[in-house]
Amino acid sequence: MSNERKKELVVSAIDNGTVIDHIPANEIYKVVKILNLDQYNDEVLIGTNLSSKKFGKKGIIKVKNKFFEETEVNKISLVAPNATLIVIKDYEVVEKIQLNIPQEIKKIVKCINPNCITNIEEIETYFKVVDKEPLKLQCHYCEKTMTNIRFEE
Amino acid sequence: MANLKGKNLISITDYTKEEYLQILELASEFEKQPKQPILSDKVVASIFFEPSTRTRLSFESAANMLGARVIGFSNPAATSLQKGESLHDTIQMVSSYSDLIVMRHPRDGAARYASEVASVPVINAGDGANQHPTQCMLDLYSIQKTQGGLDNLNITMVGDLKYGRTVHSLVQAMCNFNATFHFVSPEELKMPSSVKMHIKNMGLEYYQYTNLEDVIPFSDIIYMTRIQRERFSDPLEYERVKDCYILDAATLKGCKPTMKVLHPLPRVNEIATDVDKTPYAYYFQQAQNGVYVRQALMAAILGVK
Repeated sequence: MSNERKKELVVSAIDNGTVIDHIPANEIYKVVKILNLDQYNDEVLIGTNLSSKKFGKKGIIKVKNKFFEETEVNKISLVAPNATLIVIKDYEVVEKIQLNIPQEIKKIVKCINPNCITNIEEIETYFKVVDKEPLKLQCHYCEKTMTNIRFEE
Repeated sequence: MANLKGKNLISITDYTKEEYLQILELASEFEKQPKQPILSDKVVASIFFEPSTRTRLSFESAANMLGARVIGFSNPAATSLQKGESLHDTIQMVSSYSDLIVMRHPRDGAARYASEVASVPVINAGDGANQHPTQCMLDLYSIQKTQGGLDNLNITMVGDLKYGRTVHSLVQAMCNFNATFHFVSPEELKMPSSVKMHIKNMGLEYYQYTNLEDVIPFSDIIYMTRIQRERFSDPLEYERVKDCYILDAATLKGCKPTMKVLHPLPRVNEIATDVDKTPYAYYFQQAQNGVYVRQALMAAILGVK
Protein backbone atom coordinates (compact mmCIF):
# COMPACT_ATOMS: atom_id res chain seq x y z
CA MET A 1 0.00 0.00 0.00
CA SER A 2 1.47 3.39 -0.94
CA ASN A 3 1.97 6.17 1.63
CA GLU A 4 -0.56 8.29 -0.24
CA ARG A 5 -3.21 5.59 0.12
CA LYS A 6 -2.49 5.21 3.86
CA LYS A 7 -3.00 8.97 4.35
CA GLU A 8 -6.35 8.81 2.67
CA LEU A 9 -7.37 6.10 5.10
CA VAL A 10 -6.23 8.12 8.11
CA VAL A 11 -7.99 11.32 7.04
CA SER A 12 -10.89 10.43 4.83
CA ALA A 13 -12.46 12.70 2.23
CA ILE A 14 -15.44 14.96 2.93
CA ASP A 15 -18.31 15.65 0.54
CA ASN A 16 -18.90 19.28 1.50
CA GLY A 17 -16.81 21.57 3.65
CA THR A 18 -13.30 22.95 4.01
CA VAL A 19 -9.89 21.36 4.30
CA ILE A 20 -7.13 23.33 6.01
CA ASP A 21 -3.90 21.86 4.72
CA HIS A 22 -0.21 22.57 5.40
CA ILE A 23 -0.68 23.54 9.05
CA PRO A 24 2.61 23.24 10.97
CA ALA A 25 2.18 20.01 12.98
CA ASN A 26 2.86 21.76 16.29
CA GLU A 27 0.16 24.40 15.66
CA ILE A 28 -2.69 22.08 14.81
CA TYR A 29 -4.44 22.17 18.19
CA LYS A 30 -4.10 25.95 18.32
CA VAL A 31 -5.99 26.13 15.01
CA VAL A 32 -8.66 23.82 16.44
CA LYS A 33 -8.98 26.07 19.48
CA ILE A 34 -9.12 29.47 17.73
CA LEU A 35 -11.80 28.20 15.35
CA ASN A 36 -13.73 26.61 18.25
CA LEU A 37 -13.78 23.33 16.34
CA ASP A 38 -13.91 21.44 19.65
CA GLN A 39 -17.45 22.82 19.96
CA TYR A 40 -18.41 22.08 16.34
CA ASN A 41 -21.38 19.75 15.91
CA ASP A 42 -20.58 18.12 12.56
CA GLU A 43 -17.62 15.90 11.54
CA VAL A 44 -14.11 17.24 12.11
CA LEU A 45 -11.15 15.14 10.99
CA ILE A 46 -7.77 16.04 12.41
CA GLY A 47 -4.52 14.60 11.15
CA THR A 48 -1.11 15.54 12.45
CA ASN A 49 2.54 14.59 11.95
CA LEU A 50 1.78 13.65 8.35
CA SER A 51 4.83 13.81 6.13
CA SER A 52 5.07 16.86 3.91
CA LYS A 53 7.60 17.77 1.23
CA LYS A 54 7.41 21.44 2.22
CA PHE A 55 7.40 21.26 6.02
CA GLY A 56 8.70 17.82 6.94
CA LYS A 57 5.70 17.25 9.21
CA LYS A 58 2.33 18.85 8.68
CA GLY A 59 -1.17 18.88 10.06
CA ILE A 60 -4.49 18.80 8.23
CA ILE A 61 -8.03 19.55 9.38
CA LYS A 62 -11.17 18.65 7.46
CA VAL A 63 -14.40 20.29 8.59
CA LYS A 64 -17.64 19.00 7.16
CA ASN A 65 -20.25 21.55 6.04
CA LYS A 66 -18.17 24.50 7.15
CA PHE A 67 -17.17 27.44 4.95
CA PHE A 68 -15.00 29.90 6.86
CA GLU A 69 -15.68 33.63 7.04
CA GLU A 70 -13.02 36.29 6.53
CA THR A 71 -12.36 36.84 10.25
CA GLU A 72 -11.85 33.11 10.71
CA VAL A 73 -9.54 32.93 7.70
CA ASN A 74 -7.52 35.82 9.16
CA LYS A 75 -7.24 33.97 12.45
CA ILE A 76 -5.88 30.88 10.70
CA SER A 77 -3.37 32.99 8.77
CA LEU A 78 -1.95 34.38 12.02
CA VAL A 79 -1.29 30.90 13.43
CA ALA A 80 -0.49 29.05 10.19
CA PRO A 81 0.49 31.66 7.60
CA ASN A 82 1.51 29.04 5.01
CA ALA A 83 -1.67 26.99 5.22
CA THR A 84 -3.92 26.30 2.25
CA LEU A 85 -7.71 26.37 2.43
CA ILE A 86 -9.48 23.96 0.12
CA VAL A 87 -13.21 24.43 -0.34
CA ILE A 88 -15.03 21.23 -1.29
CA LYS A 89 -18.49 20.93 -2.71
CA ASP A 90 -19.88 17.57 -3.74
CA TYR A 91 -16.43 15.92 -3.46
CA GLU A 92 -15.00 18.46 -5.94
CA VAL A 93 -12.41 21.11 -5.11
CA VAL A 94 -14.13 24.38 -5.99
CA GLU A 95 -11.59 26.81 -4.53
CA LYS A 96 -8.02 26.72 -3.23
CA ILE A 97 -6.89 29.66 -1.15
CA GLN A 98 -3.24 30.21 -0.29
CA LEU A 99 -3.31 32.11 3.03
CA ASN A 100 -1.60 35.44 3.49
CA ILE A 101 -1.08 37.48 6.63
CA PRO A 102 -3.10 40.66 6.12
CA GLN A 103 -1.49 44.12 6.60
CA GLU A 104 -4.10 45.06 9.19
CA ILE A 105 -6.05 42.98 11.65
CA LYS A 106 -9.36 44.10 13.10
CA LYS A 107 -11.39 42.62 15.95
CA ILE A 108 -9.91 39.12 16.35
CA VAL A 109 -6.75 39.86 18.34
CA LYS A 110 -6.63 41.12 21.93
CA CYS A 111 -4.03 43.71 22.99
CA ILE A 112 -1.54 42.31 25.52
CA ASN A 113 -1.21 45.68 27.29
CA PRO A 114 -3.59 45.58 30.29
CA ASN A 115 -3.62 49.40 30.38
CA CYS A 116 -4.65 49.70 26.72
CA ILE A 117 -7.97 51.50 26.29
CA THR A 118 -9.24 48.56 24.18
CA ASN A 119 -9.07 46.39 27.30
CA ILE A 120 -11.04 48.93 29.33
CA GLU A 121 -13.81 50.12 27.01
CA GLU A 122 -15.73 48.20 24.41
CA ILE A 123 -13.62 49.09 21.38
CA GLU A 124 -12.95 47.04 18.29
CA THR A 125 -9.22 46.22 18.35
CA TYR A 126 -7.05 47.19 15.42
CA PHE A 127 -3.45 46.08 14.77
CA LYS A 128 -0.92 46.77 12.08
CA VAL A 129 1.39 43.95 11.02
CA VAL A 130 4.92 45.27 11.60
CA ASP A 131 6.75 42.02 10.80
CA LYS A 132 5.49 38.79 9.25
CA GLU A 133 8.34 36.46 10.19
CA PRO A 134 8.27 36.20 13.16
CA LEU A 135 4.84 37.75 13.45
CA LYS A 136 4.87 41.15 15.18
CA LEU A 137 1.78 43.33 15.60
CA GLN A 138 1.43 46.94 16.75
CA CYS A 139 -1.72 48.13 18.49
CA HIS A 140 -3.20 51.13 16.66
CA TYR A 141 -4.33 52.63 19.99
CA CYS A 142 -1.65 52.09 22.66
CA GLU A 143 1.15 51.65 20.05
CA LYS A 144 2.67 48.67 21.91
CA THR A 145 4.16 45.96 19.73
CA MET A 146 3.65 42.30 20.50
CA THR A 147 4.84 38.94 19.25
CA ASN A 148 2.72 36.85 21.58
CA ILE A 149 -0.69 36.80 19.88
CA ARG A 150 -3.82 36.39 21.98
CA PHE A 151 -7.23 36.09 20.39
CA GLU A 152 -10.44 37.75 21.60
CA GLU A 153 -12.62 35.23 23.41
CA MET B 1 3.49 75.29 4.02
CA ALA B 2 1.36 72.43 5.34
CA ASN B 3 -2.17 73.18 6.40
CA LEU B 4 -2.63 71.80 9.90
CA LYS B 5 -6.25 72.93 10.26
CA GLY B 6 -8.33 70.19 11.84
CA LYS B 7 -5.36 67.84 12.28
CA ASN B 8 -5.18 65.80 15.49
CA LEU B 9 -1.93 65.55 17.43
CA ILE B 10 -1.94 62.20 19.21
CA SER B 11 1.51 60.74 18.62
CA ILE B 12 4.75 62.44 17.58
CA THR B 13 4.74 60.38 14.38
CA ASP B 14 1.46 62.04 13.31
CA TYR B 15 3.40 65.12 12.16
CA THR B 16 6.20 65.30 9.60
CA LYS B 17 9.54 66.97 10.21
CA GLU B 18 8.34 69.95 8.14
CA GLU B 19 5.17 70.24 10.21
CA TYR B 20 7.23 70.25 13.44
CA LEU B 21 9.45 72.99 12.10
CA GLN B 22 6.39 74.97 11.07
CA ILE B 23 5.01 74.77 14.63
CA LEU B 24 8.38 75.76 16.11
CA GLU B 25 8.54 78.79 13.85
CA LEU B 26 5.03 79.79 14.82
CA ALA B 27 5.93 79.31 18.50
CA SER B 28 8.76 81.81 18.17
CA GLU B 29 6.22 84.34 16.83
CA PHE B 30 4.07 83.81 19.91
CA GLU B 31 7.09 84.13 22.16
CA LYS B 32 7.62 87.64 20.78
CA GLN B 33 3.95 88.50 21.23
CA PRO B 34 2.17 85.97 23.44
CA LYS B 35 -1.09 87.88 23.90
CA GLN B 36 -3.07 87.89 20.67
CA PRO B 37 -6.88 87.57 20.79
CA ILE B 38 -7.04 85.42 17.67
CA LEU B 39 -9.11 82.63 19.23
CA SER B 40 -11.69 84.89 20.89
CA ASP B 41 -14.55 83.13 19.09
CA LYS B 42 -13.31 79.63 20.02
CA VAL B 43 -14.02 77.27 22.88
CA VAL B 44 -11.24 74.93 23.99
CA ALA B 45 -12.21 71.90 26.08
CA SER B 46 -9.50 70.95 28.55
CA ILE B 47 -10.44 67.53 29.88
CA PHE B 48 -8.07 65.91 32.34
CA PHE B 49 -9.03 62.43 33.45
CA GLU B 50 -6.06 62.33 35.81
CA PRO B 51 -4.34 65.09 37.76
CA SER B 52 -1.65 67.18 36.09
CA THR B 53 -0.57 70.60 37.21
CA ARG B 54 2.01 71.74 34.72
CA THR B 55 0.54 70.48 31.46
CA ARG B 56 -3.02 71.56 32.23
CA LEU B 57 -2.03 75.06 33.36
CA SER B 58 0.27 75.45 30.37
CA PHE B 59 -2.49 74.55 27.90
CA GLU B 60 -5.08 76.68 29.65
CA SER B 61 -2.68 79.61 29.89
CA ALA B 62 -1.91 79.26 26.15
CA ALA B 63 -5.64 79.19 25.29
CA ASN B 64 -6.38 82.18 27.51
CA MET B 65 -3.54 84.24 26.04
CA LEU B 66 -5.11 83.71 22.62
CA GLY B 67 -8.50 84.86 23.92
CA ALA B 68 -10.21 81.44 23.76
CA ARG B 69 -12.79 80.37 26.34
CA VAL B 70 -11.74 77.27 28.25
CA ILE B 71 -14.19 74.69 29.55
CA GLY B 72 -13.45 71.29 31.08
CA PHE B 73 -12.51 69.42 34.19
CA SER B 74 -9.37 68.50 36.05
CA ASN B 75 -10.87 66.03 38.43
CA PRO B 76 -12.87 63.19 36.89
CA ALA B 77 -14.27 62.30 40.33
CA ALA B 78 -16.56 65.32 40.01
CA THR B 79 -17.97 64.36 36.59
CA SER B 80 -20.47 61.90 35.15
CA LEU B 81 -17.57 59.45 34.66
CA GLN B 82 -18.13 58.66 38.30
CA LYS B 83 -21.60 57.52 37.25
CA GLY B 84 -20.04 55.09 34.80
CA GLU B 85 -20.20 57.11 31.58
CA SER B 86 -17.99 55.68 28.83
CA LEU B 87 -15.11 57.62 27.29
CA HIS B 88 -16.98 57.38 24.00
CA ASP B 89 -20.02 59.21 25.35
CA THR B 90 -17.99 61.82 27.23
CA ILE B 91 -15.99 62.69 24.12
CA GLN B 92 -19.06 62.84 21.92
CA MET B 93 -20.70 65.23 24.36
CA VAL B 94 -17.60 67.42 24.84
CA SER B 95 -16.97 67.70 21.11
CA SER B 96 -20.42 69.18 20.64
CA TYR B 97 -19.54 71.91 23.19
CA SER B 98 -16.12 72.91 21.85
CA ASP B 99 -13.89 73.66 18.84
CA LEU B 100 -10.86 71.72 20.10
CA ILE B 101 -10.26 69.10 22.78
CA VAL B 102 -7.11 68.91 24.89
CA MET B 103 -7.13 65.63 26.74
CA ARG B 104 -5.11 63.71 29.30
CA HIS B 105 -6.11 60.18 30.23
CA PRO B 106 -4.51 57.43 32.34
CA ARG B 107 -5.08 54.70 29.73
CA ASP B 108 -2.71 54.05 26.82
CA GLY B 109 -4.40 54.73 23.51
CA ALA B 110 -7.29 56.74 24.98
CA ALA B 111 -6.35 59.85 22.99
CA ARG B 112 -6.27 58.01 19.65
CA TYR B 113 -9.67 56.54 20.40
CA ALA B 114 -11.05 59.94 21.44
CA SER B 115 -9.83 61.45 18.15
CA GLU B 116 -11.84 58.83 16.27
CA VAL B 117 -14.99 59.59 18.26
CA ALA B 118 -14.71 63.39 18.37
CA SER B 119 -16.06 65.66 15.65
CA VAL B 120 -13.44 68.31 16.53
CA PRO B 121 -9.62 67.95 16.58
CA VAL B 122 -7.94 66.41 19.63
CA ILE B 123 -4.54 67.26 21.13
CA ASN B 124 -3.09 64.52 23.31
CA ALA B 125 -1.83 65.94 26.61
CA GLY B 126 -0.61 62.50 27.70
CA ASP B 127 -2.22 59.05 27.43
CA GLY B 128 -0.96 56.74 30.15
CA ALA B 129 2.61 55.63 29.50
CA ASN B 130 2.18 56.01 25.74
CA GLN B 131 2.59 59.50 24.24
CA HIS B 132 2.93 63.13 25.31
CA PRO B 133 3.68 64.84 22.00
CA THR B 134 3.50 68.48 23.14
CA GLN B 135 6.27 67.79 25.69
CA CYS B 136 8.41 66.56 22.83
CA MET B 137 7.62 69.65 20.76
CA LEU B 138 8.54 72.02 23.58
CA ASP B 139 11.78 70.08 24.07
CA LEU B 140 12.57 70.54 20.38
CA TYR B 141 11.75 74.24 20.62
CA SER B 142 14.03 74.63 23.65
CA ILE B 143 16.88 72.81 21.91
CA GLN B 144 16.49 74.82 18.73
CA LYS B 145 16.33 78.09 20.60
CA THR B 146 19.38 77.49 22.79
CA GLN B 147 21.57 75.82 20.17
CA GLY B 148 20.61 77.99 17.20
CA GLY B 149 19.31 74.96 15.31
CA LEU B 150 18.50 71.28 15.65
CA ASP B 151 21.07 69.66 13.37
CA ASN B 152 24.20 67.67 14.31
CA LEU B 153 23.94 67.96 18.10
CA ASN B 154 25.30 65.75 20.91
CA ILE B 155 22.22 64.92 22.96
CA THR B 156 22.84 63.38 26.38
CA MET B 157 20.02 61.76 28.36
CA VAL B 158 20.41 60.87 32.02
CA GLY B 159 18.49 58.77 34.56
CA ASP B 160 15.47 56.60 33.88
CA LEU B 161 15.83 55.85 30.19
CA LYS B 162 13.85 52.64 30.39
CA TYR B 163 10.43 53.90 31.42
CA GLY B 164 10.63 57.60 30.53
CA ARG B 165 8.30 58.20 27.58
CA THR B 166 9.70 61.75 27.23
CA VAL B 167 13.18 60.53 26.34
CA HIS B 168 11.88 57.88 23.95
CA SER B 169 9.86 60.46 22.03
CA LEU B 170 12.72 62.94 22.00
CA VAL B 171 15.11 60.34 20.58
CA GLN B 172 12.59 59.57 17.85
CA ALA B 173 12.18 63.26 17.00
CA MET B 174 15.93 64.09 17.13
CA CYS B 175 16.68 61.21 14.76
CA ASN B 176 15.35 63.56 12.07
CA PHE B 177 18.20 65.98 12.78
CA ASN B 178 21.34 63.86 12.62
CA ALA B 179 21.88 63.81 16.38
CA THR B 180 24.46 61.70 18.22
CA PHE B 181 23.01 60.23 21.41
CA HIS B 182 24.70 59.62 24.76
CA PHE B 183 22.76 57.60 27.32
CA VAL B 184 23.72 57.68 31.00
CA SER B 185 21.77 55.32 33.24
CA PRO B 186 22.09 52.57 35.81
CA GLU B 187 22.10 49.07 34.35
CA GLU B 188 18.45 48.49 35.38
CA LEU B 189 17.17 51.59 33.59
CA LYS B 190 18.97 51.44 30.26
CA MET B 191 17.38 52.69 27.04
CA PRO B 192 15.15 49.91 25.56
CA SER B 193 16.59 48.01 22.62
CA SER B 194 13.67 49.04 20.36
CA VAL B 195 14.72 52.71 20.72
CA LYS B 196 18.39 51.89 20.12
CA MET B 197 17.41 49.84 17.09
CA HIS B 198 15.53 52.84 15.71
CA ILE B 199 18.69 54.99 16.03
CA LYS B 200 20.76 52.36 14.19
CA ASN B 201 18.12 52.02 11.48
CA MET B 202 18.31 55.77 10.92
CA GLY B 203 22.09 55.40 10.39
CA LEU B 204 22.92 57.31 13.58
CA GLU B 205 25.16 56.57 16.59
CA TYR B 206 24.52 56.15 20.30
CA TYR B 207 26.86 55.56 23.23
CA GLN B 208 26.04 54.22 26.69
CA TYR B 209 27.65 55.25 29.99
CA THR B 210 27.18 54.69 33.67
CA ASN B 211 29.29 57.67 34.73
CA LEU B 212 27.77 61.16 34.32
CA GLU B 213 31.16 62.96 34.42
CA ASP B 214 32.22 61.22 31.18
CA VAL B 215 29.69 63.08 29.02
CA ILE B 216 30.04 66.62 30.41
CA PRO B 217 32.80 67.93 28.05
CA PHE B 218 31.07 67.30 24.72
CA SER B 219 27.31 67.43 25.39
CA ASP B 220 25.25 70.18 23.73
CA ILE B 221 22.17 69.23 25.74
CA ILE B 222 21.97 67.28 29.01
CA TYR B 223 18.42 66.03 29.40
CA MET B 224 17.90 64.97 33.03
CA THR B 225 15.00 62.75 34.11
CA ARG B 226 13.47 61.82 37.42
CA ILE B 227 13.66 58.22 38.57
CA GLN B 228 10.03 57.45 39.36
CA ARG B 229 9.28 55.47 42.49
CA GLU B 230 6.02 54.10 41.04
CA ARG B 231 7.92 52.26 38.30
CA PHE B 232 9.59 49.87 40.74
CA SER B 233 7.91 46.80 42.13
CA ASP B 234 10.87 46.28 44.46
CA PRO B 235 11.36 49.25 46.84
CA LEU B 236 14.93 48.15 47.59
CA GLU B 237 15.84 48.43 43.95
CA TYR B 238 14.39 51.96 43.88
CA GLU B 239 16.39 52.93 46.96
CA ARG B 240 19.54 51.65 45.29
CA VAL B 241 19.20 53.68 42.09
CA LYS B 242 17.18 56.76 43.10
CA ASP B 243 20.12 59.00 43.87
CA CYS B 244 22.60 57.61 41.39
CA TYR B 245 22.81 60.73 39.24
CA ILE B 246 22.76 64.10 40.90
CA LEU B 247 23.84 66.96 38.71
CA ASP B 248 25.37 69.85 40.65
CA ALA B 249 27.26 72.97 39.63
CA ALA B 250 30.65 71.36 40.36
CA THR B 251 29.91 68.42 38.02
CA LEU B 252 29.27 70.87 35.18
CA LYS B 253 32.85 72.20 35.24
CA GLY B 254 34.44 71.84 31.83
CA CYS B 255 31.17 71.72 29.88
CA LYS B 256 30.64 73.57 26.60
CA PRO B 257 29.76 77.24 27.22
CA THR B 258 26.60 76.81 25.12
CA MET B 259 25.50 73.61 26.87
CA LYS B 260 22.01 73.63 28.42
CA VAL B 261 20.43 71.37 31.03
CA LEU B 262 16.83 70.38 30.31
CA HIS B 263 14.35 68.49 32.48
CA PRO B 264 10.65 67.73 31.86
CA LEU B 265 9.94 68.64 35.55
CA PRO B 266 9.01 68.13 38.27
CA ARG B 267 12.51 67.48 39.58
CA VAL B 268 13.14 65.87 42.91
CA ASN B 269 16.84 65.94 43.71
CA GLU B 270 18.49 64.93 40.44
CA ILE B 271 19.44 68.55 39.70
CA ALA B 272 20.92 70.33 42.72
CA THR B 273 19.54 73.83 43.28
CA ASP B 274 23.01 75.32 42.82
CA VAL B 275 22.68 74.54 39.10
CA ASP B 276 19.68 76.93 38.91
CA LYS B 277 21.97 79.96 39.13
CA THR B 278 24.40 78.77 36.44
CA PRO B 279 24.01 79.86 32.80
CA TYR B 280 23.44 76.20 31.91
CA ALA B 281 20.10 75.81 33.67
CA TYR B 282 17.25 76.00 31.18
CA TYR B 283 14.47 73.84 32.68
CA PHE B 284 12.24 76.67 33.86
CA GLN B 285 12.43 78.51 30.52
CA GLN B 286 11.79 75.11 28.91
CA ALA B 287 8.49 74.86 30.81
CA GLN B 288 7.65 78.43 29.81
CA ASN B 289 8.35 77.57 26.16
CA GLY B 290 5.59 75.00 26.49
CA VAL B 291 3.03 77.80 26.49
CA TYR B 292 4.28 79.23 23.15
CA VAL B 293 4.41 75.80 21.52
CA ARG B 294 0.86 75.03 22.69
CA GLN B 295 -0.32 78.42 21.43
CA ALA B 296 1.23 77.61 18.05
CA LEU B 297 -0.44 74.20 17.96
CA MET B 298 -3.88 75.48 18.90
CA ALA B 299 -3.69 78.36 16.42
CA ALA B 300 -2.52 76.08 13.59
CA ILE B 301 -5.04 73.33 14.33
CA LEU B 302 -7.90 75.84 14.59
CA GLY B 303 -6.79 77.29 11.27
CA VAL B 304 -6.15 80.86 12.37
CA LYS B 305 -2.40 80.82 11.67
